[in-house]
Amino acid sequence: MKNPLLDAIVRMGRVALFLLRVLGQCLPSLRYPRLLVAQIYNAGARSLIIVMLCGLFVGMVLGLQGYDLLQRFGSESALGVAAALGLVRELGPVITALLFAGRAGTALTSEIGLMRATDQLTAMEMMAVDPVRRVVAPRFLGGIIAMPLLTAIFNVIGIFGAQLIGVGLIGVESGSFWSQMQSQVETSDINEGLIKSLCFGVACSLMAVYEGFHAEPTAEGVGLATTRTVVSSAVLTLLLDYMLTAAFLNS
Amino acid sequence: MGDSAPAEAVVDVRELRYAIDGRAIFDGLNLRALRGQITAVMGPSGTGKTTLLRLLMGAIRPDGGRVSVFGEEVARLSRPALYGLRRRIGMLFQNGALMSDLSVFENVAFPLRAHTRLPEPLLRRLVLMKLQAVGLRGAAGMAPGALSGGMARRVALARAIAMDPELLIYDEPFVGLDPISLGVILRLIETLNATLGITSIVVTHDVEEISRIAHQSYLLAGGRAVAAGSPAELRATAAPVVNQFMKGLPDGPVPFHVPAPDYRTQLLERDP
Repeated sequence: MKNPLLDAIVRMGRVALFLLRVLGQCLPSLRYPRLLVAQIYNAGARSLIIVMLCGLFVGMVLGLQGYDLLQRFGSESALGVAAALGLVRELGPVITALLFAGRAGTALTSEIGLMRATDQLTAMEMMAVDPVRRVVAPRFLGGIIAMPLLTAIFNVIGIFGAQLIGVGLIGVESGSFWSQMQSQVETSDINEGLIKSLCFGVACSLMAVYEGFHAEPTAEGVGLATTRTVVSSAVLTLLLDYMLTAAFLNS
Repeated sequence: MGDSAPAEAVVDVRELRYAIDGRAIFDGLNLRALRGQITAVMGPSGTGKTTLLRLLMGAIRPDGGRVSVFGEEVARLSRPALYGLRRRIGMLFQNGALMSDLSVFENVAFPLRAHTRLPEPLLRRLVLMKLQAVGLRGAAGMAPGALSGGMARRVALARAIAMDPELLIYDEPFVGLDPISLGVILRLIETLNATLGITSIVVTHDVEEISRIAHQSYLLAGGRAVAAGSPAELRATAAPVVNQFMKGLPDGPVPFHVPAPDYRTQLLERDP
């Protein structure tokens, strides 16, 4: 009776239908700009510390590993480019998305799931207020707006971390570190990272609100939904990352 | 809403059938709630009282029969029409279902903000009036989490009457309340009904409490209304189910034991 493949396809269909429903309510939900601002704060500002901290460490590791690799070919002056491109095109969007799923995504799922469990969503429906418009759409949009902003901050801190190790500690020449970065990093690289982070924002926010909205209305159900959010956000992020990278390298 | 108007059925349920996973919850239920009256719907746990409310509000569709509210068949309404209907109905949830991220004041203001474009000073006065009606004007700034169960239910009641509904539905309003809070809720239901002329449907299994204020009572069992009438008439009914429920007898037509294999055989059987 149970067919995992069939279940997965059914689930994908459900998520897609839910996405359509949420998209339909996004514009009307802008009638309450305050709700959206609150959600950008919730998803964005509250993830700031963890994103900045991780950005610093990732950048520092890039400085160490990048130097170790580049000095074998005598091109340690390219450390700046390597770190910047690695962060902007790949590590920034992906790691920010993973952090977002763990920090903001779980918070969204458990919040909406608890609203479901305590009848708040049903109460809204009974008061002729569509909970998708009022609760889901602002959270979804807030996540999408917050993600590229967080990614940008992650990138900046990451480059600072790489410079800290590469220039400050190891002694790569500061001038070549920055000038090579300036000449080699193109607008298209920035765009690639931006588009990626937008896509990850949609994926992670969607999974978080979907799981919360459809959580079993019990303590256990909300817990399971939160776990599913992290798992599916992470898998979806990495899958999308592969597809987007392939597409960008092709073009 | 005058007394001269003939009693018209605000809610009319005819031959309602509904099943969950093949198990019949309702099988030919008939029920009417008359305008301006308090109608009590009673029944043992698991007789589908909450399911009935969901059917009334159009959250689920019946398998057969019809559910009419304000003369409109709920199952046939489009989503906008259904939302239009719901604006005329207030509903009190068992646990209050207050929005946990909004203050008491904002909770009561919630339906007003969603459906009207009232200027802020007017809205503020309206909300304060609703809170005054339930005696919680002093708690306007509190968070729902800081309220006791009885107070939360009163806030929810203020929210339910915020849009001046014509029909108020109470889902188990007495569950888990201390005697004082229970008395308060009971008096509020009666006062709102008498002063505002709101038609009320109270779903409950607290026979004693509701019998003091209900005009009409229905007793549900086995998917249909087994008895209907004023509380006094119900108490006088000789039918065993009614008798058992009204007097709270542990065993009777509604058995004490869930169906099980023979007790003696099961105790003596060898361990597998």
